[in-house]
Amino acid sequence: MDYRSSDGSTIDRHDQYDHGGPAPLLVARNLRKHFPVKGARGKAVRAVDGVSFTVAKGETLGIVGESGCGKSTLARLLLHLLVPDAGELIFGGEAVGAAGGIAVKTLRRQAQMVFQDSAASLNPRLPVRDSVAFGPFVQGSTKDEARAIARDILSRVGLDPDMFGPRYPHELSGGQKQRVNIARALAVKPRLLILDEPVSALDKSVEAQVLNLLRVLKRQLGLTLVFISHDLNVVRYVSRRVAVMYLGRIVEFGPVKAIFERPQHPYTQALLASRPSMDPARRIEMPPITGDPPNPIDPPAGCRFHPRCPFVEAICETADPALRVVEDGKSHFAACHLRDRVLGRGRLADA
Amino acid sequence: MTDILTLREPVATFTEETPPASIVRGYWQSVFYRLRHDPITLGFGAIVALIVLAAVAAPLIAPFDPYAQSIIARLKPFGWRDHLLGTDELGRDMLSRLIYGGRVSLLMGVVPVVIAAMIGGILGVVGGFVGGRVNTAIMRTMDVFYAFPSVLLAVAIAGAMGGGIGNGMLTLTLVFVPPMCRVAETATTQIRALDFIEAARASGAGTLTIIRYHVLGNVLGPVLIYASSLVSVSILLASGLSFLGLGVRPPIPDWGLMLSTLRQSIYVVPLVCALPGVAIFITSICFNLVSDGLRAAMDVRM
Repeated sequence: MDYRSSDGSTIDRHDQYDHGGPAPLLVARNLRKHFPVKGARGKAVRAVDGVSFTVAKGETLGIVGESGCGKSTLARLLLHLLVPDAGELIFGGEAVGAAGGIAVKTLRRQAQMVFQDSAASLNPRLPVRDSVAFGPFVQGSTKDEARAIARDILSRVGLDPDMFGPRYPHELSGGQKQRVNIARALAVKPRLLILDEPVSALDKSVEAQVLNLLRVLKRQLGLTLVFISHDLNVVRYVSRRVAVMYLGRIVEFGPVKAIFERPQHPYTQALLASRPSMDPARRIEMPPITGDPPNPIDPPAGCRFHPRCPFVEAICETADPALRVVEDGKSHFAACHLRDRVLGRGRLADA
Repeated sequence: MTDILTLREPVATFTEETPPASIVRGYWQSVFYRLRHDPITLGFGAIVALIVLAAVAAPLIAPFDPYAQSIIARLKPFGWRDHLLGTDELGRDMLSRLIYGGRVSLLMGVVPVVIAAMIGGILGVVGGFVGGRVNTAIMRTMDVFYAFPSVLLAVAIAGAMGGGIGNGMLTLTLVFVPPMCRVAETATTQIRALDFIEAARASGAGTLTIIRYHVLGNVLGPVLIYASSLVSVSILLASGLSFLGLGVRPPIPDWGLMLSTLRQSIYVVPLVCALPGVAIFITSICFNLVSDGLRAAMDVRM
């Protein structure tokens, strides 16, 4: 299979965010998606509210956040399955859907998505090999070529095409279905794979198999991954860099090591503290975070985390903090007025 | 934290349990498998097949000319001079007329349902998949038809257009389009919300391609089940229209029409007069039970 590796795409040096490498494959700038609320004029669910980041070629970017923070909406925006209300998407140096840029159809040849519900993302009436062959067929391959591609890619995801190809989705286990979904996404030879909670519905053992499969495929095919999950351990395992989302915003962004070892935003700290621990000495006595996330229809003024933040101060209720470089690394960002106080050191750092 | 991190490298081959290859079969194969193992449906299916066969082969098996009248053979009981099931008020052989009448009944039972399934199916799939205002426009138009009871609607349309087999079928088609459309729309709306439609869009497929490869196969089942249940309704409605003089015109043999003309002689030859009714009853109940079996075989969550 011929997988494109890299091309000479342009780099925007003035971007305020870290590129994570010399040539970003995908740049999202200020993406916004609000869903109007029926019956309430002017009100909208602010699912994604001004999100910017870059994905470098060949890296794995993890996106974490609790339910309802806009992760899945963001994934769909990246593929233009939802049209963003504002903001732009730059793929391989070219704007998507804008004049002079690449068409949405071209984007969909180069970027693919794996969904969380492995059963619902396969047509129950088609043998899985036909589901896999559908993408190449739509992209212009003949039926025979598409079938050959499907055979090849099914064996790559660890499913014998003769044994599993003719089966229907209900005859496969959850892990097998998710492998088929990965094969379906890879069949059109994308450069970017967006994974929306790909292992959340799987058993732990199967989850590990699928994660390892993804790692092998990424190396073999030179893929770039955007990995969305609410599971911090999984994200830590697969990602090079991590973005933490809260209520439609990115609140912290940085290398996986920095995020997990020196979390700067109180929300990230709370998330990390809420992980179940195997160590009885590190038993959690108090819930690190209380209450439900606020309603995204009417997000709190100022910092969106302030109603739940243990370090809240007056400024948090009025001013909306921007993502800024934090002290201990140029590629580590957090959006918090009080991060110095939280850390117990330094002054308010500015980018 | 360490549980996942310490996992060793590629586990590319499969260790999960896999179902034995012998049960590998497609949806339609599994439907036929279940039908084959359902004696009730098979039995009533055989009766339906007999009725269809008799209607198709009517000229070969009918003992008399269904139009041949005889002034001396009027209203004779079963077995009178080779007339196995007696004669009607014009001395025509009942058995022959019943066999020929099956042709009209089946035609009126099946053709309107098939046409309505196609029209209603297309409208419903388009409305359900496109959604929004298109869907609202289609479904609200259908609701207008729903406002009338189906029998009343059929009588009104047939009355306005006049009798005849052609108009009768047109009438029944119009009556059946709205429910077919609603069934197809519901099924499409459910399918459209599933991730595999979004996955197909992400593969770069256009609306028509997605409908063709991913929607139709999933909507066909419910539409087929519903259509099969409408066949018996259609036979009953067609007979009803003929009975009221809004369907088939004499002297064409039709069960509903025969019932209507013979009812005046019910005190003379009661059993003979009941025959067309019995034929309607048996045919429609057989279609109904076959439809039930089909639903049981097809309505499986996979």
